[in-house]
Amino acid sequence: MPTIKELRQRFLAPLDPTLFNTCLILTALGLIVQYSASGSDLAKVLSQMRNLGFAFAAMWVMAVTPPYKIERVVFPVYAIALVALVAVALFGEVSHGARRWLHLGPMRLQPSELMKIALPLALAGYFEWRGKAISWRDFVVAAVLLLIPVALVIRQPDLGTALLIASSGFYVLYFAGLSWKVMGGLLTAGLASLPLVWHLLHDYQRKRILTLLDPTQDPLGAGYHTLQSMIALGSGGLVGKGWLQGTQSHLDFLPEHTTDFVFAVFGEEFGLLGELVFLVAMLVIITRGFFIANEGSTPFARLVAGALSMTLFTYTFVNMGMVSGILPVVGVPLPFLSYGGTSLVTLFISIGILMSVHHHRKLVKQ
Amino acid sequence: MQRFLRNPQQERWEFQLRLKALWGLIITLCVLLLARLVWLQVISHGYYHTLAEANRISIVPIVPNRGLILDRKGTVLAENNYTYDLEINPARNKNLDHLIDQLSELVTITSSDRKLFRKALDETHGLSPVPIRNRLSETEIARFAVNRYQFPGVDIQARLIRDYPLGTSASHLIGYIGRINEADQERLDDAGLTDEYRGTNHIGKLGIEGHYEHELHGVTGSEQVETDASGRGVRSLSRIDPTAGDDLFLTVDAGLQQAAEKAFGDHRGALVAIEPGTGDILAFVSEPGFDPNLFVEGIDQDNWNALNNSPDKPLNNRALRGLYPPGSTVKPFMALAALTLGKRTTAYKISDPGYFSFPGSSHRYRDWRPNGHGMVDMHLSIVQSCDTYYYGLANDLGIDAMHDFFSEFGFGQKTGIDIDGEMSGLYPSTEWKQKRYKQDWYGGETVISGIGQGYILTTPLQLAQAVATLANNGVMMKPHLVHAIRDRATGSVREIPPENERTLPLKQSDIDFVRDAMEDVMKPGGTAAQAGAGAPYLIAGKTGTAQVVGVRQGEKYNEGRTSERNRDHALFIAFAPADKPRIAVAVLVENGGHGGSTAAPIARKVFDYYLLGRGVTPVPDNSDAGDDSAHD
Repeated sequence: MPTIKELRQRFLAPLDPTLFNTCLILTALGLIVQYSASGSDLAKVLSQMRNLGFAFAAMWVMAVTPPYKIERVVFPVYAIALVALVAVALFGEVSHGARRWLHLGPMRLQPSELMKIALPLALAGYFEWRGKAISWRDFVVAAVLLLIPVALVIRQPDLGTALLIASSGFYVLYFAGLSWKVMGGLLTAGLASLPLVWHLLHDYQRKRILTLLDPTQDPLGAGYHTLQSMIALGSGGLVGKGWLQGTQSHLDFLPEHTTDFVFAVFGEEFGLLGELVFLVAMLVIITRGFFIANEGSTPFARLVAGALSMTLFTYTFVNMGMVSGILPVVGVPLPFLSYGGTSLVTLFISIGILMSVHHHRKLVKQ
Repeated sequence: MQRFLRNPQQERWEFQLRLKALWGLIITLCVLLLARLVWLQVISHGYYHTLAEANRISIVPIVPNRGLILDRKGTVLAENNYTYDLEINPARNKNLDHLIDQLSELVTITSSDRKLFRKALDETHGLSPVPIRNRLSETEIARFAVNRYQFPGVDIQARLIRDYPLGTSASHLIGYIGRINEADQERLDDAGLTDEYRGTNHIGKLGIEGHYEHELHGVTGSEQVETDASGRGVRSLSRIDPTAGDDLFLTVDAGLQQAAEKAFGDHRGALVAIEPGTGDILAFVSEPGFDPNLFVEGIDQDNWNALNNSPDKPLNNRALRGLYPPGSTVKPFMALAALTLGKRTTAYKISDPGYFSFPGSSHRYRDWRPNGHGMVDMHLSIVQSCDTYYYGLANDLGIDAMHDFFSEFGFGQKTGIDIDGEMSGLYPSTEWKQKRYKQDWYGGETVISGIGQGYILTTPLQLAQAVATLANNGVMMKPHLVHAIRDRATGSVREIPPENERTLPLKQSDIDFVRDAMEDVMKPGGTAAQAGAGAPYLIAGKTGTAQVVGVRQGEKYNEGRTSERNRDHALFIAFAPADKPRIAVAVLVENGGHGGSTAAPIARKVFDYYLLGRGVTPVPDNSDAGDDSAHD
């Protein structure tokens, strides 16, 4: 019979304290800012807490599952995510001019969110499976696995999410040892093909990029978001206006202020100091993720931990860059702060996988 | 690279190097981000603080003026006029009930005004002025202006409102605008027009206003305004002007439209007049109409109930959506079908005993004239509208050949007119019946289809297109309501060219024969001789009657005994001048009895107005056309 202490030990042991405690702090920040951003709407906060319940459960399940078991399901998960993306393209719900949502009974899913973690897992699984015989051909295969979902998401059309999915897959290639020369070549080719890409963009996408250069050009349309969020942040100053005291968000100047633009509400009310607390906490998680990656027992564990940590940073940076007006407006939620079920669950699954890699670092695959 | 995963030591070292490199990148990007945040929140804090707090910037959309709707001669059918509202600024008044009581001594304030005010007040959280009364009269404005000093924080606000100066006239054609509701908003969001309609409260709902919403709306402008703490505009920072919506010139002649509406008197019904050569719609009547002005600001419950519950169904667009059996107006087309398909010669005669029956069957398909028309050839069959002739002809043609021929004339199909909600009507076939009812077609159903009864349903618009095609020697034009679009910014006018739908494979001699018979319909001995009497131009017409309730075998339809709503519908199709047609009409009078007596005189008044100018010659009351002339 295990004692209470042993049970607690068994239950809590996989939860890395550094990751877990930082997550708790960030989650608390998220609920606080959600209450304010929703206009003191307790129902919205409770709904987010329900999402958090699912998210923490998902994290725990991932944390207690050893990486070699996760490895077994990565291809099926990738396949499911791919099928879901095709289903969205065929009969997804159209909202704001793009086809992104899929109805499954009472649930509404964004398969592109699922793909954000399914893709790096699948690629890491592929490299692990190839074992020691990795050659340049494997990188080509991986690139194809990467480009199929990216192309599907571009067609939704959701260029922002497509780029994020592409980046999360690219990190795996990077950690797997993609040669620096190839990456240099890709960068050069990418820069050279910018005019072509520009030609292929939708009007609203071009508008967003042009608006970035001068948000005052189109203050009612594409520039509106950026201009309002810059005013919100700028007026928040060093220490902020105080919780529930933000004016920009509460007077409805700021759009999407519980989801993609929640950082503007946060920055307006808690100021630069509050933002620093958030950023440092995120850096703690990411750095911890890198350490965990470094000590991973198998290539799969290492690649997954490295890529997921880096993906987490990418979201944070892209969202904050967009809100502060140095990146174009793309629909990216800010980890921990934005409202939304699917993105919260994928975030905590990532954290759970990091915990699993750490907890099972001494466990060698049979 | 090949080497790299083979050596665990080497692999670890390389992985670590890559982690470190990325970590360096992360820190660099974080520093960049922080620098941006410091710039925003520390260095430019003063600037943004001013924008957000002391003077808030608001970006105010400037709604473009909606385009005008004019008739073909420039008469205004829809315009924008100033209206004056009384607004209360709740921030500057504490005791609102007392204030409203005081105001009600100067201007009329109903309890529903108070309710609306309370609702708007809750929605705006007392931050902005709220209207207490809309559309003040001039006396009320004057009375308030004199006493204004007593009411700080109460102001008169001017705004533009859509106005339909002709009232109920042409209401079904012009349609109306109304407040943007949730369904409209969703459609706008899906079309990516959310920003374009920021600030716009109204949207075209029906008719021309609905179909041409894109042209009429214009392009929204914007203004960056500095506002003080209470949200009042202090100064304008920059401005992008709106572009007003396009003006639409209709094909309709407002004078003709009103003359046609007047000709209906108290009758319910519809009339569509088309210029055969172009497809221009000259008049588009559905009686009774409604006052579109009621809908602009949101219709109140009493008016809505009155319109919606009226047995006359004024909201029903009969010309576009009303489905009626065409009755005997199909006979000229039946005759053309017989000639084209070679089933009859013009000289072929039948002996009409007053009914048609299949060999060996006692069931009688009765002619409207109980004792028959005697010896009847094709010419007489049209002039006297002989049913027996067409019972037999239909039986010889067969329903599928009839279906194909009538489909060419547009029966059972939408005309594609440029307003929404058109009904397609129905012309049956064996295939249709099999699909719809999973039943075989019966011969008797063919027989009654020959006189436009049975399953056949047409809209008045379809009938008008069919007769216009006949008048235009078989060249079908697409009916349309907008003749030209004027760009308000440049003043340039873009004409919309007539669209040729198709040319029917008809012989000119056959068309001439049918037209000749239709001319005689309007002469003594014809079914519409009364309406044709004394016209200084040639008319070609055909009367029709559509049964509302069936009459049993052996019984006789008696107009006097039948309640008004169950009486037959009267129909009439015609074009004039018959030798060089400038106008073709289809007229339907609900429960009007016989086409010759109620529908044809309306067409005559329309022709007189259009062809003779405003001096309308009266239609003689008595003529010697004979006893039967009023019958069909």
